[in-house]
Amino acid sequence: MSVDKATVAKIASLARIRMDDAACDAMVPELNQILGWVEQLGEVDVTGVEPMTAVIPNTLRLRDDVVDADPLTGGGVRDKVLANAPAPEHGFFGVPKVIE
Amino acid sequence: MTELTELTVAAIRTGVAGGDFTAVEVAEAFNANVAAASQLNAFIVATPEKAVEAAQAVDAKRAKGQDLGKMGGVPIGMKDLFATNGVQTTAASHMLEGFVPQYESTVSQKLWDAGAGMLGKLNLDQFAMGSSNETSYFGNVISPWRRKDGGNADLAPGGSSGGSSSAVAARLCPAATGTDTGGSIRQPAAFTGISGIKPTYGRCSRWGVVAFASSLDQAGPMARDVTDCAIMLEAMAGFDPKDSTSLNLPVPEWEAGLNPDMKGKKVGIPREYRMDGMDPEILKSWDDGIAWLKDAGAEVVDISLPHTKYALPAYYIIAPAEASSNLARYDGVRYGLRDLPEGAGLQDMYAATRADGFGPEVKRRIMIGTYVLSAGFYDAYYNQAQKVRALIARDFEQAWSQCDVILAPTCPSAAFALGDKTSDPLSMYLNDVFAVPASLAGLPAMSVPAGLNSEGLPLGLQIIGKAFDEQGVLNAGLAIEQRAGFTAKPEAWWK
Amino acid sequence: MSEYRIQGATGEWEVVIGLEVHAQVTSKAKLFSGAATAFGAEPNTQVSLVDAAMPGMLPVPNRECIRQAVRTGMAIDAQINKWSRFDRKNYFYADLPQGYQISQLYHPLVGEGYLDIALDDKDPENTKRIGVERIHVEQDAGKLMHDQHPTMSYVDLNRSGVALMEIVSKPDMRSPAEAGAYVRKLRSILRYVGSCDGNMEEGSMRADVNVSVRKPGDEFGTRTETKNVNSVRFVMQVIEYEANRQVDVIENGGTVDQETRLFDPDTGTTRTMRSKEDAHDYRYFPDPDLLPLELDDAFIAECRESLPELPDAKRHRYENELGLSAYNAGQLTADVDVYQRYEAILAATAAKVGKSESDVATQVANWVLSVAPGVKNATEDADEANDTTAANAGIIALSAAGTVSGGQAKEIYEIVLKTGREPEEIAETEGLKQNSDTGAIEAVVDEVLASNADKVEEYRGGKDKLFGFFVGQTMKAMKGQGNPAVVNEILKAKLG
Ligand SMILES: [Mg+2]
Ligand SMILES: [Zn+2]
Repeated sequence: MSVDKATVAKIASLARIRMDDAACDAMVPELNQILGWVEQLGEVDVTGVEPMTAVIPNTLRLRDDVVDADPLTGGGVRDKVLANAPAPEHGFFGVPKVIE
Repeated sequence: MTELTELTVAAIRTGVAGGDFTAVEVAEAFNANVAAASQLNAFIVATPEKAVEAAQAVDAKRAKGQDLGKMGGVPIGMKDLFATNGVQTTAASHMLEGFVPQYESTVSQKLWDAGAGMLGKLNLDQFAMGSSNETSYFGNVISPWRRKDGGNADLAPGGSSGGSSSAVAARLCPAATGTDTGGSIRQPAAFTGISGIKPTYGRCSRWGVVAFASSLDQAGPMARDVTDCAIMLEAMAGFDPKDSTSLNLPVPEWEAGLNPDMKGKKVGIPREYRMDGMDPEILKSWDDGIAWLKDAGAEVVDISLPHTKYALPAYYIIAPAEASSNLARYDGVRYGLRDLPEGAGLQDMYAATRADGFGPEVKRRIMIGTYVLSAGFYDAYYNQAQKVRALIARDFEQAWSQCDVILAPTCPSAAFALGDKTSDPLSMYLNDVFAVPASLAGLPAMSVPAGLNSEGLPLGLQIIGKAFDEQGVLNAGLAIEQRAGFTAKPEAWWK
Repeated sequence: MSEYRIQGATGEWEVVIGLEVHAQVTSKAKLFSGAATAFGAEPNTQVSLVDAAMPGMLPVPNRECIRQAVRTGMAIDAQINKWSRFDRKNYFYADLPQGYQISQLYHPLVGEGYLDIALDDKDPENTKRIGVERIHVEQDAGKLMHDQHPTMSYVDLNRSGVALMEIVSKPDMRSPAEAGAYVRKLRSILRYVGSCDGNMEEGSMRADVNVSVRKPGDEFGTRTETKNVNSVRFVMQVIEYEANRQVDVIENGGTVDQETRLFDPDTGTTRTMRSKEDAHDYRYFPDPDLLPLELDDAFIAECRESLPELPDAKRHRYENELGLSAYNAGQLTADVDVYQRYEAILAATAAKVGKSESDVATQVANWVLSVAPGVKNATEDADEANDTTAANAGIIALSAAGTVSGGQAKEIYEIVLKTGREPEEIAETEGLKQNSDTGAIEAVVDEVLASNADKVEEYRGGKDKLFGFFVGQTMKAMKGQGNPAVVNEILKAKLG
């Protein structure tokens, strides 16, 4: 499979990366080179092979239902949460107006 | 007395504990080296005051007769992928320029708790994507090494932990943190004549480390020798309930367990790593390594890792796929760069911000990752790659019935000049051909210096171990280190 | 319920409905972080670094959320998957800090199940089985506010990361009424199980309504999905509106777009949702920050053992063991609050009168379902706190013993609601007791019969209707306090 400019533009839009015409043009051969190369994976016989889920055998731990048990992963830290915000507004994050 | 900046982690720790010198003296000596090495561009931000502050605390503890910790009095460099509370953390991107986390990564916190101090935040490939440290928004890192045949071409320190490798090799810090997703500790270590270990996936917490590819990312130490790696890894590793993939196992006493005697150990030599057109000097260093391990008492066996060839392409599907999703959070809403063109709506703001904030390599990988996950392609690319990954892990699993550790080159070549491979992403990716299989399988792997090539540049040997067997890896590394007798160091031309 | 059909220009249309209900899991902390889930907090105060998707933050799942989803699955007789996995659903939106929602696509926690909805309130056995495709666990998004600033929207992440169960029905419903019954039944089950408070006003439960139309017997048509509909009434309105709109579109030669729509409660209409237009390609893949979720037998056993008696089982038991009518049993078991009140009052009443529960079940049911609510509605200054189990049982017991009449019971209840006084004491001091003293009643009856000898003559001559007259006269003489049963009995005996 190879990508064309329209596909590159569509992917860029999905990835929310603004890309002008020239950038899309430049990206086409780069992506095709890489995609052409990774496609050799198609040769591998994977019959009966499950896709890897856990690289090291380990099971998912579940935590107890306790609020703010660890301050690093608990709430009540609005100052920290907003500390780097480009447009903090009255305790909210400000973004350009959205029309739903 | 030798210069303090020539000392290893172990020697600094012993010297501070024994009162031969103070931790503050050590910090100041390294701070001076950092300040004098701006040409190398190894640091994005230097934090001399943090180093001194931590050293003062250690000296005060010593005065009170308290325990100084595993890393007591040792100043280190922190790869700028680890969130550091109150200190800018950028992942070498414009996106996070000026971002000051209000939290400390688990690994860096453990190091501070162990008595280490921070010399600064080390440069890296942007979002850890790169093998030469040429993708940083804050400029290339330059290796302290130069080819001996004259030619003052600036060489790549490797990547993505290129600031770390350059700084340790240039004696700007005795040790540094690295992260390894597909070779990002081992390859730069090999390029700069230092040691570095990527532990078993899950040994070091990923909490607070800017994510590149979650199923592959692992932190590890980079230092001048194997013992220092063991010491520092002990301080970094350990169970973290904040990371679901963290291994709930006690941290072994790797330093105390160091033993270079390889009697009764089998070393596997994977035949698929012997590739067509390989640099003869790399092959020679591999043969040296085999001889050294035999000399240390090991039995050497040929093994096969049949899917080796497919590791790199699988990696270049899985890692970008995960990255495309992991980097979606950089959208200009809550932190970091916001580019809001006149009259732009929310989605335009995202697109503008991400176009401006991400460098070309990051964009390329996000594009690949987005494509391989997009409707209709998931099975052909991502799922196929995860199946191949399972086969690669199975290859290793089968190899462990024949051997205890695997020996291979770290990289297919010595350091190349900056700019040599930037026009061809694929040739850059091929640098990690030997490093990536262990990453995909989550196995511990380290690089140790094996000697210099004919150009006077360091070469590294890689030891890959069974899951959880960092000790076996470190021991084999030590056996090589003792026989390689690597003492070369770069001329301090930047001073 | 008769078949629901849209009458179009080209004939009858059938509507096909599937619902994806998002139910907020009852838990103290969020699905993947320790921040609180309580409703109504100040903006961004219940947000952890994890919820704000700061660099390097990682998810760790909350056991209680998994447990509640499993229990919910068990309550609808669904398959519980011992091996499931979290996937990422990738899209960009300001209420989604990570740029992806952690959800489950490929391997949900709960597989196929069903619930039976009543098609007729009067006859709870007349049911229709609605299939449930799956239940998966996922993160809620944050909230956007659009009316606080002329050019900006404000983002509040308090809800971001709260655990939701997405309960996906099969397209088995065929009318607004069936959809309404489904949502009500599901809500009832969730509340029984305790896995969701079912509070639709606060957004604890909301439905994505999938609607399509077809000529009866044809293939499924193209469906639209109307998002986040937050009341049963609105769900029904959406279906009504969408079905008619789609029929119009098709009959006017157009085609229905498969799209996401928004409901406007003010106008009762739906419209295309602009902001999600291009979000079709979610690039789902397993979340690499999370390992597969494996449930062990002990966990599953605990979930099963902790399940309460569920609505249908309870309804059958009320009918079979307590002897209640089907209608009463259905009404009493429809909601947790109602059955809990009923069972408490029933137990207290039985204890008080020294009889078995089944002996007083019907009386208590009538009290709980009709008598008490009637009085309560009519009592303006009622204090909810006075409406205790003991007080209710006390009044019913007085009534069962014949101490008070039905009317007196209501009066006593009204005083209880207003003042919290004891029913027995009220009956005593307010004179709200009926007289069952046979001697006293006999004396009054004798008097009434003596002074109405002519009427007695007529009655005995066959004018049966006069019996009521004697009762009335006796009651009047006793100022309404005579026990009607005793009065009747004595009158019957005396009149021969
Ligand atoms: Mg939906
Ligand atoms: Zn959902």
